[in-house]
Amino acid sequence: MTVAEKLAILTDAAKYDVACTSSGGDRSGGTLGKTVASGCCHTFSADGRCISLLKVLLTNVCVYDCQYCVNRSSNDLPRAMFTPRELADLTIDFYRRNYIEGLFLSSSVVRSPDYTTELMIAVLALLREDYGFSGYIHAKAIPGADPLLTKRLGQLADRLSVNIELPSSRSLALLAPDKKKDDIFQPMEQIRDGILEYKAEKLKHRHVPSFAPAGQSTQMIVGASGETDYHILKLSEGMYRRYGLKRVFFSAYVPVGSHPLLPSPADFQPPLLREHRLYQSDWLLRFYHFQADEILSPEQPTLNPRLDPKCNWAVNHWEQFPVEVNTADYRTLLRVPGIGVLGARHILAARRWRSLDYDSLKKLGIVLKRAQYFITCGGKMTPGLRTRPEGVVRALTALEAPAIAPRYEQLSLFS
Amino acid sequence: MSTWPQRAYVYDGSFAGFLTCVGESFRAKEYPFYFLPPGADQVSLYPLREVATDLALAKSVYQALKTEISETFRRMITYSFLTCLPQKERHIYDVVHLGFIHALPQDLTDDRILLLTRAIHHMTREVDHYRGFVRFSDYGGVLVGQITPKNRVLPLLRPHFCQRLPGEAFLLHDKTHREGLFYADNKWKIRPVEHLDLDRPDQAELECRAMWRKFYETITIKERNNPKLRRNHLPKRFWDDMTEFQDDPA
Repeated sequence: MTVAEKLAILTDAAKYDVACTSSGGDRSGGTLGKTVASGCCHTFSADGRCISLLKVLLTNVCVYDCQYCVNRSSNDLPRAMFTPRELADLTIDFYRRNYIEGLFLSSSVVRSPDYTTELMIAVLALLREDYGFSGYIHAKAIPGADPLLTKRLGQLADRLSVNIELPSSRSLALLAPDKKKDDIFQPMEQIRDGILEYKAEKLKHRHVPSFAPAGQSTQMIVGASGETDYHILKLSEGMYRRYGLKRVFFSAYVPVGSHPLLPSPADFQPPLLREHRLYQSDWLLRFYHFQADEILSPEQPTLNPRLDPKCNWAVNHWEQFPVEVNTADYRTLLRVPGIGVLGARHILAARRWRSLDYDSLKKLGIVLKRAQYFITCGGKMTPGLRTRPEGVVRALTALEAPAIAPRYEQLSLFS
Repeated sequence: MSTWPQRAYVYDGSFAGFLTCVGESFRAKEYPFYFLPPGADQVSLYPLREVATDLALAKSVYQALKTEISETFRRMITYSFLTCLPQKERHIYDVVHLGFIHALPQDLTDDRILLLTRAIHHMTREVDHYRGFVRFSDYGGVLVGQITPKNRVLPLLRPHFCQRLPGEAFLLHDKTHREGLFYADNKWKIRPVEHLDLDRPDQAELECRAMWRKFYETITIKERNNPKLRRNHLPKRFWDDMTEFQDDPA
């Protein structure tokens, strides 16, 4: 089998992995490569997703039989495996031509978690030590591997991740009988401790072997099992707090099997809008000082598809609005729909020089079509604006129309 | 608006030339309302004046931008000069005049400053895009890439690519502004490149391109196809220079 054929098979097997970010690292000094803290997208595939890393599996030969996974052992698929040298050469070839920012290396479990991790370490060691490669490397920690092997993996990679795959241990038991919740959280804990230890050591000595300097992330599949949005957000929030994760990724389930416990593939559409709303809520958690319990509750466990979560929160909390932009503090400004992190900072900077009116807000990049219902400038709202709650909800929903898939079609008089 | 008499300046189009114009205008107490590059056949209603580039004067103006105002301000002026803002010299001069003669309003909502910050924003976005979208090809060990940017991005891309490919030799050719960034052995130059004839790439290069196209095609999840989203992130004007959208000569 040629390298090109292997690449086709092992890319196809890896494409459902979401994370392709290359941010958070700051590595340089090798003979080739440098990471950029802000990350860098090198191209976008036809589904509109960023391609930043060479995202492949080392092998798709797997001993597990997880029903939601395309590489499950019972699936009839062409199987392949890179040798460490082949994969390292391919990475260097692509990197020199600026196709990619680095390597995203994941793998199915071949023989045992230990054996798989050893193979992955071989690839990374070739890149870092033989080729002097300082580009970005994201590696998957394999649950169940020996902690010493995971440690070595973390010393070579920029970011580690462990996929929790399904958002509850019940679904996990049903759909991934070979994986257990503890197997997943154990390496996550180990990585967290490794990162903390590395950061503490770095304060004391100049030269410390790095350990996953760009942090760790995880991913879960949305829509394959019956968890609510509330459950998923609470779980994400818990993991951000407990394990200090950089990101939690969500992936809308794409039917890859026909197990009786999974949605039937016949008329199943990937829940893309739901995934979008979850990411919006994730941003509220990470950058807007929201808590999962403010966005949803056990009584209201699903995200409103017709309004983004921030607008939805605002129209349910009229008592906190309108906000006066000339006096409100940073956190209050952040809660206004249409004012983002940058917008709020610009407001703080600009109002040291003059009091702001609607015209200057527009120049600062505030999205007035959303914000206008929730703010006052110098005590005044936009003249002539109707602000009855039902009217506002209707207007905000109308703005969302492009995000919501078109449900209506033009009827013809003559058909 | 200043009370200085208005003029149109003819200069050589370089940044040093522009700074000389600034110095001259302050010396002669004239307000250059219009800037013409040499050989432009535009007619101006303002009295014309030719300004020869004076490196010493340019240098002292460049110094003054920092010492009299601030380093941030100087960076804004320097970056603005690389943008594709129409009649950028005039708009930059307005802000420089504002900075030297009056106190500079730090106010982000001032129209004259907003114009420059928006132009710079447009350029830095383009630079960010090109960090990822540049494609090199290997021609016998030398990497060659071509781009078609709207702004003059080469000076801003330079540190990125020189740090990223320290051991390589490469040429990045800007087809719009007909200049090239050359790098080898830790040394770099940006020089005019009128036009570039490339040989047919060798077999290894062709194979590498084919593998990249295969990867690009395979990574897509068909069920999530979304051409509009792709165009938002990766506008079509970049496609012509990118390997994954090109066909190789047979």
